[in-house]
Amino acid sequence: MAKKIIDIRGVSKSFGGKTVLKDINLFINQGEFLTLLGPSGCGKTTLLRMIAGFLQPDEGSILLDGKELGDTPPHLRPLNTVFQRYALFPHLDVYDNIAFGLKLKGVPEDEIEKRVRKVLKLVVMSDYEDRDVETLSGGQQQRIAIARAIVNQPKVLLLDEPLAALDLKMRKDMQIELKEMHRKLGITFIYVTHDQEEALTLSDTIVVMNEGRIQQIGTPIDIYNEPVNAFVADFIGESNILNGTMIRDRRVSFIGHDFDCVDEGFGENTPVDVVVRPEDIYFTTEAAKTQFTATVKSCIFKGVHYEMFVDTDTGNELMIQDYDPYPVGSTVQLYIDPDDIQVMKKERTTNALEATVSGEGSIELLGGTFECNTAGYTAGDKVRVEIPFDAVDLQDDCDAGELTGEIHFILYKGDHYHLTVKIDGGGALYVDTNDIWDKGDLVGVKIPKKKIRIVGAL
Amino acid sequence: MKMTKRSQWALPYVIFLGLFVVLPLFLVLVYAFQDRSGAFTLGNFLKFFSTSEDLHTFVYSIEIAVITTLLCLLLGYPAAWILSNPTYNRSSITVILFILPMWINMLIRTLATVALFDFFSAPLGEGALIFGMVYNFLPFMIYPIYNILQKMDHSYIEAAQDLGANPRTVFQKVILPLSMPGVWSGILMVFMPTISTFAVAELLTMNKVKLFGTTIQENINNGMWNYGAALSLIMLVIIGLTTLISNEKGNNAEQGGLL
Repeated sequence: MAKKIIDIRGVSKSFGGKTVLKDINLFINQGEFLTLLGPSGCGKTTLLRMIAGFLQPDEGSILLDGKELGDTPPHLRPLNTVFQRYALFPHLDVYDNIAFGLKLKGVPEDEIEKRVRKVLKLVVMSDYEDRDVETLSGGQQQRIAIARAIVNQPKVLLLDEPLAALDLKMRKDMQIELKEMHRKLGITFIYVTHDQEEALTLSDTIVVMNEGRIQQIGTPIDIYNEPVNAFVADFIGESNILNGTMIRDRRVSFIGHDFDCVDEGFGENTPVDVVVRPEDIYFTTEAAKTQFTATVKSCIFKGVHYEMFVDTDTGNELMIQDYDPYPVGSTVQLYIDPDDIQVMKKERTTNALEATVSGEGSIELLGGTFECNTAGYTAGDKVRVEIPFDAVDLQDDCDAGELTGEIHFILYKGDHYHLTVKIDGGGALYVDTNDIWDKGDLVGVKIPKKKIRIVGAL
Repeated sequence: MKMTKRSQWALPYVIFLGLFVVLPLFLVLVYAFQDRSGAFTLGNFLKFFSTSEDLHTFVYSIEIAVITTLLCLLLGYPAAWILSNPTYNRSSITVILFILPMWINMLIRTLATVALFDFFSAPLGEGALIFGMVYNFLPFMIYPIYNILQKMDHSYIEAAQDLGANPRTVFQKVILPLSMPGVWSGILMVFMPTISTFAVAELLTMNKVKLFGTTIQENINNGMWNYGAALSLIMLVIIGLTTLISNEKGNNAEQGGLL
């Protein structure tokens, strides 16, 4: 049975009041290649730096081999890091860079020499011993950085986006070599990256993170085929994410049609999110197989496959990848296999927020004042309100609304956009709209009086 | 019509350099190897090596310059390190306060030092001279070292910690060697002016202590142009050698200090 080498228990961290990591629980098995994957700012590097000992968690603990690391400084932890910008010492040559850690430990000179030679061979950099590190190319520096870390035979090797600075071709080659090294060495690797393809290629286990929380932990195949929520589906690979309704077990309705699927246990007539990968929508000429028809809107050659956008007969847009192109403007017949439909529980179906009644017919919500029917409540009451996604009105002019915010996350749902709007001063609103916004746009937020519904007192 | 070549824009500077840098240096060189009548001679140099008083002043000046430089280094490095360390210093105002004396004329600062010694009835002399020189030149040592420490990539320090270095070893094996270009730059910035200083020495020692700069000035004031030129040339050679050595030591990291 696999042995836990690192156990992260309830770790939280904030910088200057901003929460970077929130209650992270994660264990890493001996010999595993685990990847922390997420967009920049998701907290993955912070978590890695905590394991290395450069940062201390505000709450929670990290255990190595069952022993709490506590405030053990980095130099006493049996872990080594490969830094993003390599951080090779410019005043030392290749040999002395690699021997740095061993010399500090007082390893005898002849053993140091043996071990340095061995790792140089492993990273295919023999004969480079006397070279000045600054004369090496990016890829070569990367290899030396890896050699410098593994020569110390750490229990765990931490890699902080080690390939981010390399060009595409070099990155692909290094991915294969890293995987090979991991196999040969048998050391546990913890790898941080924002590149989903890299994560899928390298890892035994992927931990998808967003906004300081773990979204999903699983094997690359699990994460790709069965994303647990819209964020993971959107972040890993290309996908069509659509609103649907689970009619009953094994039967789901989306884009205006009913489909067989393999998911159960959602209940009847439950709103769900449906993910269909673009390579899982098939063209057919047989009437019996056809589930719906669509018109091809665009067709682009992508090397291995063609990428097409089609408008379905019910007015939804879908992305399809296929080896054969279909002419723009043509009507095509399509079907989806039950296996390829991934149904996910909706994280929310409406904006559920807390508010304070501030007077007759007005409430305080997210720091702004809104008009609303307050019958049955008096000023000062704390209430729970609901606002449908499509009721929130976003304005270009920041001063036009009761609140201001920033577009934080955009999800295309086939016939509309689902936006996460971060409200200035804290909180978020989820908005369905047909308007096109860009991430980072500043907006004014208006909500019509009739659409704010008080559902109960707190 | 022909366009003016861009290289021609350099012409005013070339003329300026020729008139005020190259020509004077050339004159120093020519005068140093001439006697009063203009004939070629090595007599000026022979005279220097046989005049024990001048030889003694020369060695003494180098001694004072070395002591000043060492004291500046001993005081300046820790100061620069503290200033560049965000744990101890978060404000750039502290840095400006340390650099501020550089903005004030050296003669004024020296006169102030003299006044200070008078106020405390401390005797002027060798001690005052060294104090004054260190005070005058300390910012020139701090600044290049601070500059290089502040720009140093923090990941080098983290990499060293990660490889098992405790804070002391991190300093010895990484921070100190990586800051050497700044140290050499600082040494140069302090050593060069201290070796040729004369006004500061005269003021701070009431003419009790004579430095090599003063010897040159006296000779030239007394019309001994050829001998003065030879002495200047000797000093230039010493400064040139120092520059060469620091360039040699300092250029393994291109992000040097002030120079």
